[in-house]
Amino acid sequence: MPKDGGIGASSKRREDVRFLTGAGNYTDDINIHGQAYVHFLRSDVAHGTINSVDTSAAAAMPGVVRIFTGTDFEGVGGMPCGWQVTDRHGQPMQEPGHPILAQGKVRHVGEPIAAVVADSLEQARDAAEAIEVSIDALPAVVDMKAALASGATKVHDDLNDNLCYDWGFVEENKDAVAKAIDEAAHVTTLELVNNRLVANPMEPRVAVGNYARGTDESTLYTTSQNPHVIRLLMGAFVLGIPEHKLRVVAPDVGGGFGTKIFHYQEEAFCTFAAKACNRPVKWTSTRSEAFISDAHGRDHVTKIELALDADNNFTAIRTETHANMGAYLSTFAPSVPTWLHGTLMAGNYKTPLIYVNVKAVFTNTVPVDAYRGAGRPEATFQLERVVDKAARELGVDPIALRRQNFITEFPYATPVAVEYDTGDYHGTMDKLEEMSDFAGFAARRAESEAKGKLRGLGVNCYIEACGIAPSNLVGQLGARAGLYESATVRVNATGGLVVMTGSHSHGQGHETSFAQVVAEMIGIDESMVEIVHGDTANTPMGMGTYGSRSIAVGGSAMVRATEKIIAKAKKIAAHLLEAAEGDIELKDGAFSVAGTDKSVAWGDVTLAAYVPHNYPLEDIEPGLEETAFYDPANFTYPSGAYACEVEVDPDTGKVSIERFAAADDFGNIINPMIVTGQVHGGLAQGIGQALLENCAYDEEGQLLSASYMDYAMPRADDLPMFDVDHSSQTPCTHNPLGVKGCGEAGAIGSPPSVVNAVIDALQSAGKDVTHIDMPLSPDRVWEAMNG
Amino acid sequence: MTQVQITVNGRSASGDAEGRTLLSSFLRDTLKLTGTHVGCDTSQCGACVVHVDGVAVKACTMLAVEADGAEVTTIEGMANADGSLNTIQQAFQDHHGLQCGFCTPGMVMTAASLLKENPHPTEAEVREYLEGNICRCTGYHNIVKAILAASGQDVGAIAAE
Repeated sequence: MPKDGGIGASSKRREDVRFLTGAGNYTDDINIHGQAYVHFLRSDVAHGTINSVDTSAAAAMPGVVRIFTGTDFEGVGGMPCGWQVTDRHGQPMQEPGHPILAQGKVRHVGEPIAAVVADSLEQARDAAEAIEVSIDALPAVVDMKAALASGATKVHDDLNDNLCYDWGFVEENKDAVAKAIDEAAHVTTLELVNNRLVANPMEPRVAVGNYARGTDESTLYTTSQNPHVIRLLMGAFVLGIPEHKLRVVAPDVGGGFGTKIFHYQEEAFCTFAAKACNRPVKWTSTRSEAFISDAHGRDHVTKIELALDADNNFTAIRTETHANMGAYLSTFAPSVPTWLHGTLMAGNYKTPLIYVNVKAVFTNTVPVDAYRGAGRPEATFQLERVVDKAARELGVDPIALRRQNFITEFPYATPVAVEYDTGDYHGTMDKLEEMSDFAGFAARRAESEAKGKLRGLGVNCYIEACGIAPSNLVGQLGARAGLYESATVRVNATGGLVVMTGSHSHGQGHETSFAQVVAEMIGIDESMVEIVHGDTANTPMGMGTYGSRSIAVGGSAMVRATEKIIAKAKKIAAHLLEAAEGDIELKDGAFSVAGTDKSVAWGDVTLAAYVPHNYPLEDIEPGLEETAFYDPANFTYPSGAYACEVEVDPDTGKVSIERFAAADDFGNIINPMIVTGQVHGGLAQGIGQALLENCAYDEEGQLLSASYMDYAMPRADDLPMFDVDHSSQTPCTHNPLGVKGCGEAGAIGSPPSVVNAVIDALQSAGKDVTHIDMPLSPDRVWEAMNG
Repeated sequence: MTQVQITVNGRSASGDAEGRTLLSSFLRDTLKLTGTHVGCDTSQCGACVVHVDGVAVKACTMLAVEADGAEVTTIEGMANADGSLNTIQQAFQDHHGLQCGFCTPGMVMTAASLLKENPHPTEAEVREYLEGNICRCTGYHNIVKAILAASGQDVGAIAAE
């Protein structure tokens, strides 16, 4: 029987009403009296030396308030990087400067060169066209391996070369892994590309800067997943504004998927320019700008080797990846191919020896950073593809090969530094088999073949590390920030609660699911709990939402703060009931004395806290408000098994998804409806990566896929209905809710099963095709079949 | 500048527009009806769909001056007279057909247009009709389900919560 409220209920989302009636408050909906508009003049060449930027004609254009160029920011800090990776030799990564507006050189198409602030957006755009920029184009570095070749043009003159770092993990295992591979009964090798993507939240980025001269306070409204992080980075490292004079607000945000984590130049610019111009300054990205200024995702080129013994047990994995950083280091870019990727290379398998090498490379392209899954999709894709290839080479069932090598004992310490607390990989695979009717596949294949189509079935497993992250651990790994979360619970006199959380909801439904948790803990109706997020003026320091961390870390902070509230409320109730504190029980919104019929309602206790006429003032203070910071003890480890069935049209190479089943283990679940929706969205992005999406540059560094005309976003008729299950639940052992996180699973888990299914379809027709690089567009599939 | 007069959500409204001003900008910036969203600049995403004289239109593909004299309905005009969610809006909430909410106004306006033309669409017809609307959050599953439910069809057999 489904619950009608609290933890485990599919409560309808309260935020939906405003979104469904046009009453949302997105950043572009914010207009401040007297605001000016900024238009950025961006580089249309990938690499070049700036000779001059002549703004004189533009400055005389109607409505122009001021034009800024790189020289206006020479005394201002550059864009900071939040993670330092140490290379195989113990040396820090090479870290180039990253100016707000280009200084001396441009290094990617889209890099801002000048910014026109004007009374209207049209005037700003018109004036920008009158700016005369003289650039001597330099050869562009686009291909990663070419960028590392001797004599390659350098993206940054002040660095030694284009190698950001050469990372080995675990370096001490390198020789043992090499030996195991040399001595293996069988080695399967696969070279692949994890295609570059653009996150494309439907709301483009927006920034509105405001400055109050009377109080010297700056406010930035921005489309961010983590306003406190923006305040810290921009205030402390870029503009030199103390946090008590800087407020950052991220109101309703129209999707993030990682790309709205990072601190961007436009945010710093609008904050800076609002003070410099003494006017609010607003920037709204166009979609075309988004393609050349939002951080991109993925873009790995990898060779993986899987060694097996004579009994098909995995004995070693060695993987070498080139990871594109783009022209500059975006906020968390260095961590993605390393600590979010190398640590996941064990997957669901008890492979004893693993060695991961990653060379991060600068190129004349847009910076690359986290996109839904961030490192974990890249790990999962190569591992689950190579396992599938091994099964085909060995002539064994791909599911049986996986099952044979599953980790079954928990906790399990992998050879890549993490310890899985719980999981049940056979359990999710059992569930997948139950959902997917594998027994009926042969008949479905025959039906497809009767229509002249090929049919394939692909499966894969995945594991991810979520609930990012233990601060002490990530500090050792190079993070320049802590990754706890905070919550303040404020109980009002009449019993309603406001929870101010450092997590940020931009589609995840926290306003509903977080309220469910607090309502359950106290035993009151969800409508009495309000969730407030996205404003540094309300919430203590918070780290925001990414890495499927909100309920696991932010939710835990909220639980801890609510526990403090309950503990204090029990003291008050004990006083009111003239009973011992230890005898007070809280149930269904009332405090009672154990074993008696004496009780006092939640609202009477909260009122007493604020009207302390009959109150233990000698023991506790009036008021009922508590704050907690929660730092996780470990990552969480969601896992699952996915199955995809495709039809391939042999005449055109077009792939269609016929069935897709996902069996996930997210531990405990707060709102099953929301969790299912998160999986759906992740699957669409993973299938989009596998079949449709590709961010392509030409050899001169021009972005070829720079609009929705050329970048193939998944549309409704590209996707099937999904079959999603999350009844396999092994609760997390180290957070109070036993939750693991669900936001990225679909995007991590789905690409390999799609590709495995297409390979299965082609091989069923006798084609000797063992791999096709994503996206598996019709031309690529047709070429693989007929090439 | 040209004076543009439209009837929007049943009320007369007017404002000045340049010849190049798009209907989407006119609605958002001049009339402060910010429920209509702009998600791209190539008329691909459909976040800005409104109804002009009863027909679904991407408001970014129409100049404000072209709408002079027209009857325009935006997402702000879709709720029932008492302010409650209409059938389509309610179905989107009931079936979790939205996450971040940014594409949602366009989805609701497109869905209303579909159900006006075809009151009982099949799943395939819904998916085809949504070809001009991009959602990045939901994978479309629950949007399609919500539209089918709004048409009065039983969606109990469709997977998911």
